Amino acid sequence: MREILARGTAALVIGLLVAGCGGSKQAQGPRPLRVWHWMTDREDAFNELARRYQSETGIEVRFELYAPSDLYEQKVRASAQTDGLPEVYGILGEMRGLASFVQAGHVRSLEDVMNSDNNAWRNTFFSKALAVNAFTPENPYGVVPGVYGVPIDVMSIQLFYNKKLLSKLGQDPNQPPQTWEEFLRVGQLAKEQGLIGFVSGWAELWLIDCFATNYAIHTMGLDKVQQTYDGQVPYTDPAWQNVFNLFAQMRDSGTLAEGIVTMVNKRAEQLFANEQAVFAFNGTWGVNVYDNMNPNLEYGIMLPPRIGDNSVVTWGGAGSSFFVNAKAPRQDEAITFLKWLTAEPQQKYLLETTHNIPSNRAAASELPDKLKAFADVIDAAIHPRLFSVQEDSKVIETFDKGIQSILIGESTGEQVAQLVAQAKQRETIRQAKSEQAEAAH
Amino acid sequence: MAAVEQKAYKPYLFLAPAILLFAVFGIIPFYLLLKTSLLDWDGISLAPRLIGAGNYFEVIFQDPSFWHSFMKAGYVTLLALTVQNLLALFLAIAVNRPLIGKGVYRTIFFLPPILSEIVVGLIWVWIYDGNFGILNQILSSIGLDALTRPWLADPRTALTAVSIVHMWKGFGWGFVIFLAGLQTIPEELYEAARVDGAGSWYRFWHITMPLLMPVLLLVSILTILGTMQIFAIIIVTTQGGPAGHTEVPVWQIFSSMMGNRRFGYACAQGIVFGMILLVVSLIQMRLQKQAG
Repeated sequence: MREILARGTAALVIGLLVAGCGGSKQAQGPRPLRVWHWMTDREDAFNELARRYQSETGIEVRFELYAPSDLYEQKVRASAQTDGLPEVYGILGEMRGLASFVQAGHVRSLEDVMNSDNNAWRNTFFSKALAVNAFTPENPYGVVPGVYGVPIDVMSIQLFYNKKLLSKLGQDPNQPPQTWEEFLRVGQLAKEQGLIGFVSGWAELWLIDCFATNYAIHTMGLDKVQQTYDGQVPYTDPAWQNVFNLFAQMRDSGTLAEGIVTMVNKRAEQLFANEQAVFAFNGTWGVNVYDNMNPNLEYGIMLPPRIGDNSVVTWGGAGSSFFVNAKAPRQDEAITFLKWLTAEPQQKYLLETTHNIPSNRAAASELPDKLKAFADVIDAAIHPRLFSVQEDSKVIETFDKGIQSILIGESTGEQVAQLVAQAKQRETIRQAKSEQAEAAH
Repeated sequence: MAAVEQKAYKPYLFLAPAILLFAVFGIIPFYLLLKTSLLDWDGISLAPRLIGAGNYFEVIFQDPSFWHSFMKAGYVTLLALTVQNLLALFLAIAVNRPLIGKGVYRTIFFLPPILSEIVVGLIWVWIYDGNFGILNQILSSIGLDALTRPWLADPRTALTAVSIVHMWKGFGWGFVIFLAGLQTIPEELYEAARVDGAGSWYRFWHITMPLLMPVLLLVSILTILGTMQIFAIIIVTTQGGPAGHTEVPVWQIFSSMMGNRRFGYACAQGIVFGMILLVVSLIQMRLQKQAG
């Protein structure tokens, strides 16, 4: 009796484990097409579009939100390792990361679909929006050239300014400061009147990086920046020290919000929306965020203040994109859905509800004034994914943390330049060793 | 003969589910961790590079920021071991006495540990805010403007500010364990000491503390292990900033994995970190044995 009991228990446990590890079968009907995203501000609009798509086609689409973006990224990477990605999903980060996903077979090439019908689908998009999801024949990752992602919006990152606060500081609310010196002077005035001059989520290193890269390109030109990434120009070059010194000037003028180096962008957005800060460095999505937080906020949008005569070139071009899982069984259905999602009516709906610039050019032809300011600079905008040489992420981290240490008055531009140069050297050696090890094996 | 054979495998049959679970959730993940730590891999690529002990060499000899992060976690741990545990012990002793409403106090003291670390972190971010934070407003209102600062963004205060959040959140655990320990000490010992004319201080040092020593060691081990692995509060309050001043080992591991996409390196950091914690735990256990 005992033996029967023991064997029965063991069989039950093993059975339960096997059942638990196995997938569940859908009782009825096909599974919905799943779309993973991180865009909290677009959740309601996406769900409404999914409802409309189902009523038009009978196909159920389920948008699944995983936020914030770093958590989302973690989820996507973990799922990729177990081949558990949904039919449609977004890939955040650098071109190098996208290349890994493509080479691991997680992303379907859309080149054939884009080319069909005389490039009909391709021609609906802003070219830059497509370019950030495409690999050229010269790409250094060895990825088969072509388009891999579908952009759903485009964005740029600029400076928002509060018109009421500018008036309060004795400035013309319709003529925000255009030069670096004027900008610092207004920031100083704000500080004297108990206001915050400038906010941004500079605890999030990518926003610091964006600001710094804008000014690096603005002051030394894109070629020199790329040469630095390529190892031909050291970070100790005076041109880079000038970039670092801009942050020291912001710190010394009192323009920056207290604690900006540990401020997340959500908090920075609150401060600007609550009319406590004069300037905010933020992306196109800020329009939706600020309008929701404070419908009475009167603000304008400007390019970051220039140094010299030329305008600042800012980050932008592509916004959010979706990719089709090359391992999913229903890829054609996913592509059909993405074609529908990026068609003019749906893109117009997204524009109206979420105030993001559509990736569909026809839908973006009539934009509200605030968004127009962002759209106007898209063609001239730069996007790190389009750089011919990409900087190593460890070097970028050292660079951004170095700027934080300037902002808290701990380091000088020269010291940070040295640190970044050392990090660059270390990473170059490490990379070379890794390649040697691979060759040896 | 057959009966003997049957008896021989029976214990293994009973052990099988536990071994299976341990293998699935313990041994296999550890094996994968160890294997990944020998690779240069971004977590996605199908062609990870085998670099042997390269990651370990880099962690141990070429990554000073990883070792600095131990110093920072060590500082928080030191504060937690002293301030947090003393507070917990003091409150446990206070509540262990006849006291009106002591059930209410017990509940209040145990509230912070059951709150989410994210919620606690966000509340303290609001308190510490450099622009409109309540702490600065209180300091200003009592004429201490000179002390106001962005507490989490000032390199001189950031780590201590984070430590305070951690201690506030964690002292309740120590409180409950100390209280349980105090309640196991027989009341007769105190009565006998009182009869002999021992004062409260004497009773504390010669009855309470010796009998509470195993509990104190247990709380110390838990505090060290818990505090060295501090992470969620850091991610909510400072994100490792300002300029890396609150970067602790787990943050470094997370950053290597998610920020720099170096999965192999992060695994090597994790194993080195785990080994150090293991050694610390073994030392503590040895001390506990000696004390017990």
